[in-house]
Amino acid sequence: MIRTFGLPEIQFILEGAKWTILMSLAAFIFGGALGLLVALARTSAIRPLRVAAACYIQIFQGTPLLVQLFAVYFGLPLLGVNVELWLAVVTGLALHASGFLGEIWRGSIEAVPRGQTEAARALGLGYFARIRDVVLPQALRISLPATVGFMVNLVKGTAVAALLGLTEMTRSAQLMSNITFEPLKVYASVGLFYFIICLPLTLCSARLEKRLNAQG
Amino acid sequence: MDYSFDFAPVFQAWRLLAEGAWATTWISAISMAAGLVLGTILTAMRMAPVGVLRALAIGYIEIIRNTPFLVQVFFIFFGLPALGLRLDAMQAAILTMTLNCSAYIAEIVRSGVQSIRPGQIEAGKALGLPSFDVYRFIVFRPAIRAVYPSLCSQFILMMLNTSLVASISAQELTYAAQMIDNRTFRSFEVYFVLGAIYLALSQLFSLGLQLIGRSYFSYPTK
Amino acid sequence: MSAVAARIRPDQNPQAVTDHPAQATITMSAVNKWYGKMHVLRDIDLRVNKGEHLVLCGPSGSGKSTLIRCINALEEIQSGTIEVNGNVLGRKGAKVDHIRRDVGMVFQQFNLFPHLTVLQNCMLAPRRIHRATEAEARDKAMHFLEQVHIAEHGHKYPAQLSGGQQQRVAIARALCMGPQVMLFDEPTSALDPEMVKEVLDTMIGLADQGITMICVTHEMGFARAVAHRVIFMDRGEIIESAPPSEFFGAPKHERTRAFLGQILNH
Ligand SMILES: Nc1ncnc2c1ncn2[C@@H]1O[C@H](COP(=O)(O)OP(=O)(O)O)[C@@H](O)[C@H]1O
Ligand SMILES: [Mg+2]
Repeated sequence: MIRTFGLPEIQFILEGAKWTILMSLAAFIFGGALGLLVALARTSAIRPLRVAAACYIQIFQGTPLLVQLFAVYFGLPLLGVNVELWLAVVTGLALHASGFLGEIWRGSIEAVPRGQTEAARALGLGYFARIRDVVLPQALRISLPATVGFMVNLVKGTAVAALLGLTEMTRSAQLMSNITFEPLKVYASVGLFYFIICLPLTLCSARLEKRLNAQG
Repeated sequence: MDYSFDFAPVFQAWRLLAEGAWATTWISAISMAAGLVLGTILTAMRMAPVGVLRALAIGYIEIIRNTPFLVQVFFIFFGLPALGLRLDAMQAAILTMTLNCSAYIAEIVRSGVQSIRPGQIEAGKALGLPSFDVYRFIVFRPAIRAVYPSLCSQFILMMLNTSLVASISAQELTYAAQMIDNRTFRSFEVYFVLGAIYLALSQLFSLGLQLIGRSYFSYPTK
Repeated sequence: MSAVAARIRPDQNPQAVTDHPAQATITMSAVNKWYGKMHVLRDIDLRVNKGEHLVLCGPSGSGKSTLIRCINALEEIQSGTIEVNGNVLGRKGAKVDHIRRDVGMVFQQFNLFPHLTVLQNCMLAPRRIHRATEAEARDKAMHFLEQVHIAEHGHKYPAQLSGGQQQRVAIARALCMGPQVMLFDEPTSALDPEMVKEVLDTMIGLADQGITMICVTHEMGFARAVAHRVIFMDRGEIIESAPPSEFFGAPKHERTRAFLGQILNH
């Protein structure tokens, strides 16, 4: 029986939106934590650490997200870790995010004037105090627009999980499209839902950027 | 870990992978070029003195930038036939990539144009050049130069995005890998090799774009 | 300034071209301009005759740049009219591009195009606007580059030249369009002191050829050497307008005297 595209179908897609949002948040939190380590490694005084972090970033920025997700999905079991699809996808997204956030934050850390670290060192502050109390607070402010901008990419990136069969918003739309035969309406609607999630973030990022530029 | 890796079946299918890599390369190149043209037109609309043009451009750019590429692919490939526009997978892939890419490029080019000192534009006007010529001959090249690194990153991201058009059976690199996967059941090996090929491709693209940049922007700056 | 002062023959003031009133090239009548609420040009009336050399001076922010930028429509005016060679600006359908082709402009910041060589900078407008052939445009460019003594640098890019050299190229570039009027907006203010002379000498050479010139400058030696009239502006108004001998010798207005006192006494 062919169903028409109505309220129940829209509700089904919005069920998927929960996954989209939850996955984005989880990937951002875990990816952010890992990304901070990547950024610190990338800017550290120890050369092997810097090189390793550079390779790590290059791998995640130089391969498609889809391939990263597949590699994690098929790779985890080989490591003896048997996890459910959604956990594999969140892991993949978090790793992906850590590479990109690591690079964004590297840039912000380097944008903090050298004199700041030197002054902190002159005061006798140790590495952790320098980073935590002097560098990171300033870097955070600089990185905010790009970080929020990347969150938009992360939300859009979760759509890729549909191709692994995870019923987030895009996959829900695919399913609805298949039973209603109204792909135009279905994909336009799901596009609208993504738009509603992403636009506030985009606007926020633009506003932060403007404020940052105004402050010089 | 008792899994034994076996890459042999993957490498045996090297011909498929090579063809896929070539397809990815050329559809990316076409979309980049078309995206740059369309993106530049969008920039012009975005900065036009006519309110309607500006609103159209902003609307288009924000819709594209705030929805997933995959949904755009599905919309164009599955949705547009309802409006009478029936495209094969490859055409739909290239169209989506171009449309997608152009919105990002438009934002990048615009920030490039805004980085040009107003004196440059005034000098062009003072010589009596019409606006179009001022932008074409005076603003364009330095503007692109100013944002070339971002433009290149965007191109690379788009090249990587092509992997998603495998979902509509457009025959590029990821599609080839999936076929090998279906035949060999060596999933991890396939996607590992696939990742390595993409990594190599992105380095090659990056290198190629740098070479283009170096010849196009060979003029010295202070 | 002293470099130019050396060139001046104190007893020889340039002849004023006041005997051809019919040949006014630029006529500004009752021109007013506001930036928002700020009134930057107040009822400006100004006639510039063909071949006349005008020097415009006044304190910073007095509206000198704005005034000359209005002449080639880089700024819009809110009331009044500006006529350049019979073309009237400030009306709907004014042939702005035509006026700009008749009027050459040299900026404080040179504004050479960084991605084009010196030659290409000079050839761009003639090729696009006059549809000159490559060879014609090149010949003309070389001619004017020779005139400003920089032809040997024709294949260099702007970033490879000194400020003085760049400014001379900018002058040649404007001349390539065959303008009837040349506008200069503080052409030497962005230059290191040792390069000021080469640019002023170029401008003096140009003046000797009889082209109409309006120069915003504080180089009073230059004003004495080539100006037919010196105009003092303050707060958007033309306060005083007189031949250099009178202007420097016996300024009528208190504000002019104060201004001259400031710039000549340091
Ligand atoms: N684009 C602008 N917007 C607002 N005010 C301006 C602008 N350009 C110039 N002004 C103001 O107009 C006045 C005249 O400026 P200008 O003509 O540049 O003076 P001058 O060249 O004599 O130093 C100044 O007070 C200046 O601040
Ligand atoms: Mg000025």
